[in-house]
Amino acid sequence: MWPEGIHRELAAAGVRIVGYVPDAGHKRLIELCQADRKMRAVVLTTEEEGIGLAAGAWLGGQKSVLLMQSSGVGNIVNVLGMVCECRFPLVTLVTMRGEQGEFNPWQVPMGQAVRPVLEAMGTVVQYVEKEDQVAPVINAAFRLAFSSYASVAVLISQRLIGIKSFQEQAAR
Amino acid sequence: MKRRDVVKKLLANRQDLLVIAGLGSTAWDCTAAGDSPLTFPMWGAMGQAAMMGLGLALAQPKRRVLVITGDGEALMGLGALATIGVQKPANLTVVVIDNERYGETGMQKTHTAHGVDLAGVARACGLKVFDFEDLKSAIHAKPGPNFAVVKVKAEKIPLVLPPREGALLKARFRRALFGAKADAE
Repeated sequence: MWPEGIHRELAAAGVRIVGYVPDAGHKRLIELCQADRKMRAVVLTTEEEGIGLAAGAWLGGQKSVLLMQSSGVGNIVNVLGMVCECRFPLVTLVTMRGEQGEFNPWQVPMGQAVRPVLEAMGTVVQYVEKEDQVAPVINAAFRLAFSSYASVAVLISQRLIGIKSFQEQAAR
Repeated sequence: MKRRDVVKKLLANRQDLLVIAGLGSTAWDCTAAGDSPLTFPMWGAMGQAAMMGLGLALAQPKRRVLVITGDGEALMGLGALATIGVQKPANLTVVVIDNERYGETGMQKTHTAHGVDLAGVARACGLKVFDFEDLKSAIHAKPGPNFAVVKVKAEKIPLVLPPREGALLKARFRRALFGAKADAE
């Protein structure tokens, strides 16, 4: 499954710190990172904290990744300015809401704004909607981020996550 | 107490201390105490100083890490205290230099001027709270996460500015920490 594929890429990239605000789409990946003794999963109160965490970790020589839902992108906009100005390498994995088949109308405005908001703040945006694309795109995202001191976000399509209703999400 | 005296005392004989300075007055205070490549002064990202300290402390568990920030900056990132309380980094100390004012924007009163108790918040999040008298030993030797609020006089004093360019501040910090390996990644 694709969360296992992401976890393998994180391990291969040498990720040691995983900042996250939980999302149903990231549930399995968070569990895999929590169970990995080489990784430290750091639960955040808001996605914004994950930017400070990642920047501090890189000052200290460790690679990290930041996991969030699309709504969290709205919470990191100003602090992405630091990532850009300081050229901190950053990989953010965003599980999308408010796009394909969304059932909650409150998710739609931010979901639709994710790409332009990230791009306006200097983040390179990659989008995946097929399972076999996930691992190679994340592999490339890590190489771009840490070889080129870039901020890269990988958006994981709601079609791939496949949640169709609130009841279904709550039952996971 | 006067803020420049407080920060100068905290940074005197700093040994191998790694320092994150929150934006505004505390970054100027740290620069006035003596600019160092192993101090990362923030010019933005308000609210993230403590989280920068957490990331650094987790990445460098054998070094002591000190965050020096202001009350306004700390208030913008209160959730960081909860996150630090969960991670419990033994090598991290967060110090809030509290003048009860937003110093860069016209000295408007912050929440602490109205009685909000940052040390109480930190204690409730599981951080160990120290008085100024015991702070130096806490920074260098006590198992953290440690926290202190140091109340200082609200005063307008001359700016002492560190370099501004973010990429330079990042690169000089990593070079001071890792030598030539910093560029080999």
